[in-house]
Amino acid sequence: MSQALPTKEPLPAKEVSPTARFWAEFRESKVAVGALVVVVLMLGVAIFAPLVAPQNPYDLANLVLMDARRPPGFIGSAGYTHILGTDAQGRDLFSAILYGLRISLQMGLIAGSLAFTVGVTLGVGAAYLGGRWEAFIMRVVDLQLAFPAILLALVLSALLGQGKTQLIAALAAAQYAYFARTAHGAASAERSKDYVEAVLSTPLPAWRVVLKHIFPNCLPPLIVVATVQVASAIALEATLSFLGVGLPVTEPSLGMLISNGFQYMLSGRYWISIYPGIALIVLIVAINLVGDRIRDQVNPRLKR
Amino acid sequence: MLGHILGRLGQALLVMLVMSALVFVGVYAIGNPIDVLIGPDVSQDIRLDTIARYGLDQPLYVQYFTFLGRILQGDFGRSFVFGMPVLDLILSRLPATLELTLAAVCGAALIGIPAGIYAGYRPDGLAAKAIMTISILGFSVPTFWIGLVLIIAFAVELQWLPAGGRGETFAVFGVEWSFLTANGLSHLLLPAANLAFFKLALMTRLARAGTREAMLSDTVKFARAAGLSEWTVLRRHVLRLIAIPLVTVFGLEFASTLAFAVVTETIFSWPGIGKLIIDSITSLDRPVMVAYLMLVSFVFIMINFLVDLAYVGLDPRLRRAGSR
Repeated sequence: MSQALPTKEPLPAKEVSPTARFWAEFRESKVAVGALVVVVLMLGVAIFAPLVAPQNPYDLANLVLMDARRPPGFIGSAGYTHILGTDAQGRDLFSAILYGLRISLQMGLIAGSLAFTVGVTLGVGAAYLGGRWEAFIMRVVDLQLAFPAILLALVLSALLGQGKTQLIAALAAAQYAYFARTAHGAASAERSKDYVEAVLSTPLPAWRVVLKHIFPNCLPPLIVVATVQVASAIALEATLSFLGVGLPVTEPSLGMLISNGFQYMLSGRYWISIYPGIALIVLIVAINLVGDRIRDQVNPRLKR
Repeated sequence: MLGHILGRLGQALLVMLVMSALVFVGVYAIGNPIDVLIGPDVSQDIRLDTIARYGLDQPLYVQYFTFLGRILQGDFGRSFVFGMPVLDLILSRLPATLELTLAAVCGAALIGIPAGIYAGYRPDGLAAKAIMTISILGFSVPTFWIGLVLIIAFAVELQWLPAGGRGETFAVFGVEWSFLTANGLSHLLLPAANLAFFKLALMTRLARAGTREAMLSDTVKFARAAGLSEWTVLRRHVLRLIAIPLVTVFGLEFASTLAFAVVTETIFSWPGIGKLIIDSITSLDRPVMVAYLMLVSFVFIMINFLVDLAYVGLDPRLRRAGSR
C-alpha cells in the first residue's frame, strides 16, 4: 500500500483473514512479540500458580517463623531453596509473587472489562442517539477526564470501603471515561457513513445495527485503549493497595506485597519489596509494549 | 467574549455544586459519624444531645444546606483527630505540597523539554532512542515504585540523601519553606525527583512530537534558508511553535501532580495535604476528607476554567467566534 492513493492491484487469489494479516504485521516487531510472550507467560504462571509455586504461601501450616526475612538463595527448613528469599512471616517470596500476580491480573482484567462494557455502551449509545443525550453523556465524560484517575479511584475506594468488589467498582468508575471517549469518537465517525444509513433504512432493529455494524468497526482503537487501561488498572490497584486503601489484607496483590516489604527496606532487606515490584513492572511494561505496537498498526498515518 | 466567560463561569459553579452534593452524600451518609465522635459507653442523654448539636437529627437535605451555608462562610468544621478547624489544618499543610509540586513540575519541564526537543531534532540518533525508551518506562512504572527505588539507591545504599521528612524549614511571612535551607533542600530532592518522573516522560514526548512537526514547517525551512544557525532556529522558532501546547499541559499537569503527590508524600513522609488525606481516610476523619475533596475539586475546576480562558486568549479564531 503506497500513500493514500487507491491502487488497482488484483486481489490475491487466496483470501487472507484480517486476523491473520494483523498477526503477520504484529510479528514484524521483535520487541512486541517478546512482550507478548512475557504477558502470556505471566498469565500462565498466574493461572497455574498452585501448580508452579513451591508452597501455598497462605496456608499457615507451611510457614516457619525461623525462616523469616531470609535473603534470596536461602535453603529453608522445608528443604527447598527460596530463590527470591522469604518475607516477614517466613513465606517463600517466589510463591507469594505468583499468587499476588494472580490477584493483580484478576483485578486488572475484571475492572478493565467492566470499564470497557460501561464505557463503550455509553460512548456508542451517545453517538447513536445524538442530540441532548449525546451532549449530556459526553459532557459528564469530559468532566471526569479532567480529574486524574488516581484521585477518583482513591476517593471512591475511601467512600466505598475496603473489599474486592468495591475496589473493582472504584477502578472501573475511574477508567470507563477513556473507553467512552474513544468509542464515541469512533462511533460518531461510523454513524455518518453511508453504509450505516443504508442499514438503518432496512427494517432491522436499531440494536442490531449498533451491535453488528457500528460496534465492530469501532473495535481497533478500543483494543488499544483496552490494553493500556488493563495495565493502568493493575498499576492503580497496586498503588491503592500500597497506600492501604485498596484490597483487604486477605487478598495480597503485588501492591500489598511491596507495601509489606517497605518497612524492612530501610534496614537493608530490600528483596521483600523489590522482587514483587519487578514482577509488577515487567507485567505493566510488557502489556504497554504490546499496546504500543497495536496502536502503531491501527494508526492509518503510519501505514506504509 | 464576556458571554462566553460568564457561561463557562456558570458551568464551573454548577459543577462545584454537584461535586459538593456528591461529596456530602458520599462522606456523610455512609456510616455513622456519631460513632466516631463519642464513645460507645456514654449515656443516652449525651448521645441525643450530641446528635442534636451536630444537627444529625435533621433530614438529609436540611443537613446539606446547613453544610453548604457553613462552607460559604469558610467553615469546614473541626477535625475529629486533630481537634482544630479543618481549614487551618489544610492551610498549614498546603505549603509543603505546593513546594513539592512546583519543584517537580518545574524540574520536569526544565529537563524534559530540552530532552524532547533534542529527540525530535535528531529522531534517529542513539541518544534520542535512549531518551524515548526511558520515557516509556516513565509512563509505565508506577510512581510509588520509583519512590522505593530512589530510597534504596540514594538513602539506604549510598546514604547521600535523607529518605523522609521535610528537614529544616525557613519561615517567610509565617509560612515554612524547605527549599530555603540546605538541609531542607536535600530532603526535598528525592520526593521531587520521584514526583517529576512521570511528568518528565510526558513533557519529553510532547516536546519531541511538537519538534518533529515543527522541523517540517515552512517557518523552519525559511529560517534555515535565511542562514540562521541551527541553534537560533531551535531557540527562536521551534521553541515558540511548540510553546502553546506545552504551556497548556504544564497548567493541567500542575493540577494532576497535586493529586499524584498523595503517593509520593506517603512514601517520603512528606507532611503535605496528600499525607493528610491518606491519614484521614485511615482514621475516618470525615471533615478533613470533605474539605480536601472540595479543595481539590475547586483547584481542578478553576484550572480548567483558566485553561479555557487561555485558549480564547491564545487562539484568535475562538475570540471571533465568541464575539459574533
